[in-house]
Amino acid sequence: MQPINRLTATAAPLPLPNIDTDQIIPKQFLKRIERTGYGEVLFYDWRRIQEGPEAGKEDPRFVLNRPEYKGVEILIAEKNFGCGSSREHAAWAIRQFGFRAVIAPTFADIFYSNAGKNGIVLARLTEAEVETLMARSTANPGHLITLDLQAQTVTDDEGFAAHFDIDPFRKYCLLNGLDDIGLTLRHEADLDRYEHAHTREYWMSPKACA
Amino acid sequence: MTTALTHPKTLFEKVWEQHLVAEPAGEPTLLYIDLHLVHEVTSPQAFEGLRLAGRSVRRPDRHIATVDHNVPTTSIGDRLVIADQIAAKQVDALRRNCAEFGIELFDVQAAEQGIVHMIGPELGATKPGMTIVCGDSHTSTHGAFGALAFGIGTSEVEHVMATQTLPQDKPRTFRINVEGELPYGVTAKDIILEIIGRIGTDGATGYVVEYAGSAIRALSMEGRMTVCNMSIEAGARAGMIAPDDTTFAYLKGRRFAPAGPLQNSTTSGEDSWSNAVAQWRTLVTDEGAAFDRELTIDAGKLAPRVTWGTSPGMVTGIDDVVPSVDDALSDADRKSFARALEYMDLKPGTRIDDIRVDAVFLGSCTNARIEDLRAAAQVVNGYQVATSVRAMVVPGSQQVKAQAEKEGLATIFTAAGFEWREPGCSMCLGMNPDILQPGERCASTSNRNFEGRQGRGGRTHLVSPVMAAAAAITGRLTDIRRWKFAGTDPGLASDQMLVEGGSR
Repeated sequence: MQPINRLTATAAPLPLPNIDTDQIIPKQFLKRIERTGYGEVLFYDWRRIQEGPEAGKEDPRFVLNRPEYKGVEILIAEKNFGCGSSREHAAWAIRQFGFRAVIAPTFADIFYSNAGKNGIVLARLTEAEVETLMARSTANPGHLITLDLQAQTVTDDEGFAAHFDIDPFRKYCLLNGLDDIGLTLRHEADLDRYEHAHTREYWMSPKACA
Repeated sequence: MTTALTHPKTLFEKVWEQHLVAEPAGEPTLLYIDLHLVHEVTSPQAFEGLRLAGRSVRRPDRHIATVDHNVPTTSIGDRLVIADQIAAKQVDALRRNCAEFGIELFDVQAAEQGIVHMIGPELGATKPGMTIVCGDSHTSTHGAFGALAFGIGTSEVEHVMATQTLPQDKPRTFRINVEGELPYGVTAKDIILEIIGRIGTDGATGYVVEYAGSAIRALSMEGRMTVCNMSIEAGARAGMIAPDDTTFAYLKGRRFAPAGPLQNSTTSGEDSWSNAVAQWRTLVTDEGAAFDRELTIDAGKLAPRVTWGTSPGMVTGIDDVVPSVDDALSDADRKSFARALEYMDLKPGTRIDDIRVDAVFLGSCTNARIEDLRAAAQVVNGYQVATSVRAMVVPGSQQVKAQAEKEGLATIFTAAGFEWREPGCSMCLGMNPDILQPGERCASTSNRNFEGRQGRGGRTHLVSPVMAAAAAITGRLTDIRRWKFAGTDPGLASDQMLVEGGSR
């Protein structure tokens, strides 16, 4: 995973709460066995006109289709972003579209974990702070926002400055682009000890035999 | 396991503490995973990751795989040769991966095949006190057995396969007590929809919920699984219910349940089942244990629930009306209410039981167990599906399908005009060909009413199995409490033959 620290970029506002993973990436794209190719289908249905003679064509009103938002690297949304299914495809789609960070008041649990494993910084700001950034990026698509992971801050040139909390270990992994399995295997001796000590606990074994 | 000299613990804390592999300073806890359930959709990239890194599956005996999400439900032939080439390739990938890495797979033709959250319990692989994960958010289902069970992403799937562990931050605890007796016509599905409606779809984010109270204790394992299944719809990491005699009676005799004499026992004649039950009985929240949050719900005041919007928290009573944006509690909710009303094509003030449906889906890991089908069949028995309605029953597993056929339930459904399908996730998420057409409205026993969840432009109303069955007959959302049962099932108690306001 690609390390990330400081990012200055424009942002796409999505002023809705509870944006679920079915919206981020609809189910028909979960049938693939590859890990890439999801960026172009991010928010697939929202990016297309749903009804009428133009159905199926790109909806020019949707934020990610508007030329003035080309090149965005930050997504701003309202509370409970990423709720719903555990599909990591949602994190892959967001990352592969080009986003490096999502700013929202709260995130759903599994999505929060998936994003971290794909080098996406999730910054939890207060509802008022999110509203301010949302308004600025809506009024001015070229509005630049700076996210500094090391400092845990989000700032802009118009005096906005906010601090966000992040678990120190997650921060360390994001800053260094670390792979989890390798980190866990540092504890392999503990793991061997655990398995050895618990070998006789058949009542917690999937295929119990006494 | 002595608890005498320690502080009182919650069920969650006991399971958590029994699975600690390492607690490195400044890092998440490394938790041992007893069982990993695998399916075709969220695993291919994980297997590929192992292959690329030259890693193996550490404990193949702790993984069980099946196919459920994208398999067709129309016929055995359609399942053996899947017409959708991309889906077929994904199912084939699972077969190859399981063979290569030594994981037991219950394939489409196996008698044990079914939705992954159905087969774990059916096989007796799901047991109290275990840690269970799966690349599917509804893994919370297994918490009904007193297991700590939660959904994970594909990177974590790979991590569990390589290490049989997961780094986890300790969640907070939330006890929801449901006390009293459920009124007639109110089910486990209505309990969980009520909870989600009250606390919101992010109301339990960061928590493991323990469901307790007399109404929970009175539920069957099927009902408990329904409640725990939708914990994720309230944002919870997991849902749990302490195991008791109901749990043990369900598990006894199942394929992977303990049986036979206890090995290495110092006491002669001790059998492994009794010993296991003794271990499991310790898995209760101790008197005086503290939770970070508690909520008590009066079961006696509950009514059948129906979702009206595009989030499981947008829920109301069958005897209520479609709300207006003014009923929203915050500005953010006002916006989503407005959007949901538009998407669902509903006008505020419309009576819920005036809403007509085009389709009925009885299925999913939430409500496709034998008890669900029995209850729905009683409602359907003696009636015909409304001519305007397409109705289907998708049993959750081959075992449920076979049992329902043996009991004559399948005949009741097909005689009434329901389609009787092969097991799988089906229209719960519409990854296979079972989808709604744009604008179609469905009464569904599944778990998510998100925009487009059951098919692009489709409109979903989440209900209990009996409510879905009634809607299929009347062609509109219907209050099951007023249902006139037409069947002559001798097993049906006479006090259930409610006649008031029946549709025929």
